[in-house]
Formats: sequence, structure tokens, C-alpha cells
Amino acid sequence: MASTLTREQHLEMYYFLRLNRELEDQMVRLFRQNKILGGLYSSRGQEAISVGTAYALGPDDWIAPMIRNIGALLVRGFKPRDVLTQHMGRFTSPTQGKDGTSHFGDLKVRHVVAPTSVLGDLIPVMTGIAMAGRYLGQKIVAMTWIGDGGTSTGAFHEGLNLAASQKAPLVLIVENNQWAYSTPVERQAPLRNLADRAKAYGIESAIVDGNDVIAVERATREAVGHARAGKGPVLIEAKTMRMEGHAQHDSADYVPKQMRELWKQRDPLDRYEKFLTQNKLWDAKTKKEIYARITAEIQADVEFAENSPLPPAELAAQGVYCEGCHTLEADWKRPKEEVMPPKSSVKAEWRMTAPEEPLATVKTAQADSAAKSRHGVAEAKTGTRSKSAGKASGNRSGVKVRR
Amino acid sequence: MAETTYLEAIRQALFEEMDRDPTVLLMGEDVGVYGGAFKVSAGLLERFGWERVIDTPISETGIVGAAVGMSYAGLRPVVEMQFIDFIACCFNQITNIAAKSHYLWGAPVPIVLRGPCGGGVHGGPFHSANPEMYFVHTPGLKVVCPATAYDAKGMLKSAIRDNNPVLFFEHKFLYRRIKEDLPEGDFAVPIGKAIVRREGRDLTIVSYAAMLHTSLEAAAQLEREGIAAEVIDLRTLLPLDRETILASIAKTNKLLVVHEDTRTGGIAGEIAAVVTESAFEDLDGPIRRVTSLDTPVPYAETLENYFLPDVAKVVAAARELAHY
Repeated sequence: MASTLTREQHLEMYYFLRLNRELEDQMVRLFRQNKILGGLYSSRGQEAISVGTAYALGPDDWIAPMIRNIGALLVRGFKPRDVLTQHMGRFTSPTQGKDGTSHFGDLKVRHVVAPTSVLGDLIPVMTGIAMAGRYLGQKIVAMTWIGDGGTSTGAFHEGLNLAASQKAPLVLIVENNQWAYSTPVERQAPLRNLADRAKAYGIESAIVDGNDVIAVERATREAVGHARAGKGPVLIEAKTMRMEGHAQHDSADYVPKQMRELWKQRDPLDRYEKFLTQNKLWDAKTKKEIYARITAEIQADVEFAENSPLPPAELAAQGVYCEGCHTLEADWKRPKEEVMPPKSSVKAEWRMTAPEEPLATVKTAQADSAAKSRHGVAEAKTGTRSKSAGKASGNRSGVKVRR
Repeated sequence: MAETTYLEAIRQALFEEMDRDPTVLLMGEDVGVYGGAFKVSAGLLERFGWERVIDTPISETGIVGAAVGMSYAGLRPVVEMQFIDFIACCFNQITNIAAKSHYLWGAPVPIVLRGPCGGGVHGGPFHSANPEMYFVHTPGLKVVCPATAYDAKGMLKSAIRDNNPVLFFEHKFLYRRIKEDLPEGDFAVPIGKAIVRREGRDLTIVSYAAMLHTSLEAAAQLEREGIAAEVIDLRTLLPLDRETILASIAKTNKLLVVHEDTRTGGIAGEIAAVVTESAFEDLDGPIRRVTSLDTPVPYAETLENYFLPDVAKVVAAARELAHY
């Protein structure tokens, strides 16, 4: 698990992983005290994906997290108090109580698009951000996540297809946690690897062990570089396991016991701690310091959240429209003249060449390999194990789920 | 100056806004090289290039989603629905993502979704819809239905400059059938303001889009019978201009709403509720409505004509109400 990160970066990633877990554990306690208003969704077991992927981005890049990507919000600079006040419906929360959970964002500074409960729909949205960034001359990448279940949506297809046809700088993390609520991944698609979906869009893909934060960070960094260089979108399938139910109300009895046991052995935090120790990146003292910092931070922010007022009731009626409350400005990184006439003017016709290959009937497997050589995508990592993406895990759910 | 058609007015608005503001882009199916199914965007690609006039895959959800994302990044994209019927494909992007964004997390979505709506051209059940009320029921959107070339141009400009998602319904029956002299230079028509198109004292006819012209024709006919109908053009359905309607009812004391949209859940129901809530004492008769039938838009000429409101139906309802 060699890595190019500095010691400080390694420790910072650990801090975010541990903060993610401790914050969620704290929220479970608050939930049991009835201090959290609605549902509480856990990312236990998946923290390495949230943290590792977000950590690979630059400060100007954009993300649109999902409900289980609190770790990504923390990496992006949001604080535990933002997450806590959101869940508790307080006036001090980023949405002032208008939405809960991790449904909040920040367009101006952190470049975070708020998660929504409708799956797949932020893929086209992030495609639009990627296109806009390119248009404005920014060298940004847009990244979002989707679960195994979310890959079945129409929006997944439309968003990824649009991104691919536009060669937009989009990185899509397919967070395969084996379960869409109570439905196993085998019922979503008859694919050994969801990364295979990338083939349909002619884009690059990789498979990564989602419980290995180093591998996740590195695979994402590589994908981000590819997208930033203008080579088109990348899909990364990160294999992992949702260790809790869909939300607190769900005891997840449908998950076979030995499957859960097996994945417990692969806990991303345990593994990363071992990595840090083996590589002598920390000692007991450093670990203790990180723990102490996190404990203090969470304690202070729980206190802040609990002492925060509820939103004034009449706020419910406000803010449907933007009536001049926000100023909208594009951050141009290229001369505007380039997209204005006369420079922008073109001859409006398609430049096409007729295909040279004779038409033939071929079986799909042959067609696939023929297409590889014809369109020069033979080097694509689609559906294969990428060396640089860390140890690919295949469909290692460990338990055969009977249909 | 040559008269400008409703379609040409929309095209002019796109040209002028894209000339004025480099953050304005157009996306849609066949909008570039082909110039759009109705040629509304003809010539835009030549002038503004591939980056600003984008031919997309057939992906309404993808396109509208991308427009939302672009708007987050500071652009003002305009999306063309080839036919407004297809807006149903991206219902979720509009109602769950675009409409809620500002209210929930303070992220404005300055996008315009525009496209041809309406019947009367034998387009059949998938090319004739008036889906405005699905969206009038969605807080956070603005819904605009211009009836004249002047408004089409001026309101599209306002829509592009607006910080909120605006659905801009272009009635395809009007595209090349109506024209007028437009003033030189830049002008914008505000969203959210209805206008009295004809003054009268005996009853108020509230309408919009193609049915405005049917209502005005009916009013001319009613005048020959000695009935003076006041005709209001709503222009914007959301937000609804209640004041203009209520002021007129205070004068005429009678209300007829005419729309091409189907009957149940049409804007007539909302207007009736507004008037009975706020001006019950002003009413001297029942609120009446002339609408299309509660069916899909049928194809054959006899069927579609039966389905749609027309001058005779409006005159009959208005006459009965005037004599009530």
C-alpha cells in the first residue's frame, strides 16, 4: 500500500475517518435520546470511500455527496456542528432547519452541491457543473457518488451518457455497499462488477477496494487527473459493505450473519490504523492526540447544537424564490471574447466521415472486442482490475445471496 | 418596420440575450446544426458556436440536470424541450431539484426551460400538451405563457435574467400565426404581471396563451350583442397576479375563465378559489369556465375541435353569464 501522501496527509486522512465515525456514533446516541428529528443514516464501514475520494480533489473542484458521505463533507471543510444542527433541525444549521440530515451545500466556497433523496439525479447536475467549469476555462473536476441501487436509475444513465458524449470532467464513484435498503446488489444488475456499466458509455473505469482508504484516494487521484486533462469521465466502483441498516429504524435482519462478520474483518478504520502503525507514520501518542482533538470537537459542537434555537416558525414561508438575495457571478478563467461573436462564430455543419468497415453480423462478444480495436479504447480499464487502483476485490461480498 | 412573428420574437430574444451575456447558453435536442424542430434557434450556432449552442443526446433528465448544474456554476442556460410534452421525462429534475434548491439551501437556479405547447395543429396526444399546471403546483418555479410576440420576446428576456427556474411555454399554434410591430432596442416584460387586453364592464374573461385570442374574438362578437367583456391576459400563471383579476371583478362582478388546459385542476379552479375567498361580495353570478375536456388531446380534426374551446363556446358561456 505504498502512497505518495506525506505523513501529515496520512494523519489528516485518519483524522477525517475517525471524526466521521465518532460523529456518527455520537449521533446514534442523540437519536436514542430523541434529539434527532427524522431519520439517521449510517456510513459505518464506508468511511474510507467518503474520505479517500474527497481527499483526492483540489480546493476548486466540486462535489455532490450522498446521504452516507458525511466524511466527504468534513474533508470539504464542514464542521461536526453543521451536521449536528442539521440533524437536530436547528436555526443555526446550514439550511436553517429547512432540510435535515446531510442535505446541505455551499456554492461559493466549498463547492458542495446539497445531496437529495432522489437517487441518480445529481449525476446530470454534476455533469452540468463539469461542462460549465470547462466553458468558463476553469480546470475543475466534478465528482459525485451513487450507490449500487442508484445505478439502476434512468438519471444515472442519462447523466453518465451526457457526460461521456460531452467528454465532461466528471468522476463518478459507484459506492457498491451490497445493499439498496433491503435489496442485494444481485437484484440490481446481473453484473459481477458494476464498473462494467462504464463500457456502455465508452468511458474509463476502475475497481477499488472501498475499505482501503489509500487505494481509494489513489484511484480517485488518478481518475481526477484523467478527467482534468480533458480525457472524459471516469467511473470508479468502490466495493464495500453497509454495516448498519438503511437507517436507524432498520435492523437489517435480511443481511446474512456471516456476511456481516466477514466484512467486520475488513473494517476500514482498523485497517488504516494497522497501515499507519506498520509504516511508522504515527505512535500511541499521536493517536491519543487525534482522539482527544476529535472528542473535544464533537463535545463542543454537540453543546453548540443542543443550545441552538429552533428556527422561527414563520421562516417556513420564506425563501421560495431568489428575489435578489443572491448575486450570481461566473468565475471566468478565460477571456469572454472567446465565446462571443465574432470569435465564437462557426460554420454550422457536422464534420462526418463515412465508416470504412464493411457491415457484418457479429456476436456481441466479438463486436465488443472489434469495437475496442476500432475505437482505440483497448487501453481502457473498463471491467478489468486496474493495477494502480489498488487490489481489486471482485464481488467479494463473501456470501452467495440466493435469488 | 416589418412585423415580427411570435416565433421570430422568441428567436430575437435568444440572440439578443446571448449577445448581451456570455453566461447564457442554449441546450437541447437538434437545436444547433438543425436550428430546432420549429427553427426557433436557427442561426444561433453560426453566431455563438459549439460551446454555447449544444446539441444534446435525447435525455430530458440529463439536459435539465446539466442546466441546473451549470446554473450552480454561474451560467444561465436555456433548455429547449423539442415538444413540451417531453417535459414529463424530467419532472423530477424540475420539481425535486430545481424548484426546491433555493428554498432548502439557498442555491438559486437561474435556468429557463422553454418549448412548444398546445393543440390546434393536429399534433396528436404526445405533441399537443398543456402541462403548465403540474408546475404551477410546484413552489419555487415560475410559469410563463405569453400570448403575443411582444410578450414572448420581453418575457423570455425577463426569464433569462431571472434568478429562478422559469418554465416558458410557447404556444405552437401562435408561432407563425400572429405577428406585430416590435419596438427597436432592448425591452423586457415583467414576470408575474397580468394585463387587461380589452376593457369592459359586463363580465371579465380571464385567459392566456392561444385562448387569449379566442377570448378576444369572442369579446368582439359579444360587443355586437351589446355585451362588454373585459379580457385579461394572465401571461404568468405562477406567481399569479391576483390584484389585476380582483380589480377587474370589482368592476364587472362576473368571471369567466377560459383555458386550453384540461378542466380538472386547471388554473380556472385556482382563480375561482382566489375570487371567492377575496371578492365573494363582488360576485353577481357563478364563476364559469370554458376549458378543454378531461381527456388526452385527440388527433382527428373532428375530435380535436370538439376537445378544444373555441369562440362559439366562449361566446355562449359569456352570454349566459352576462344575462345571469
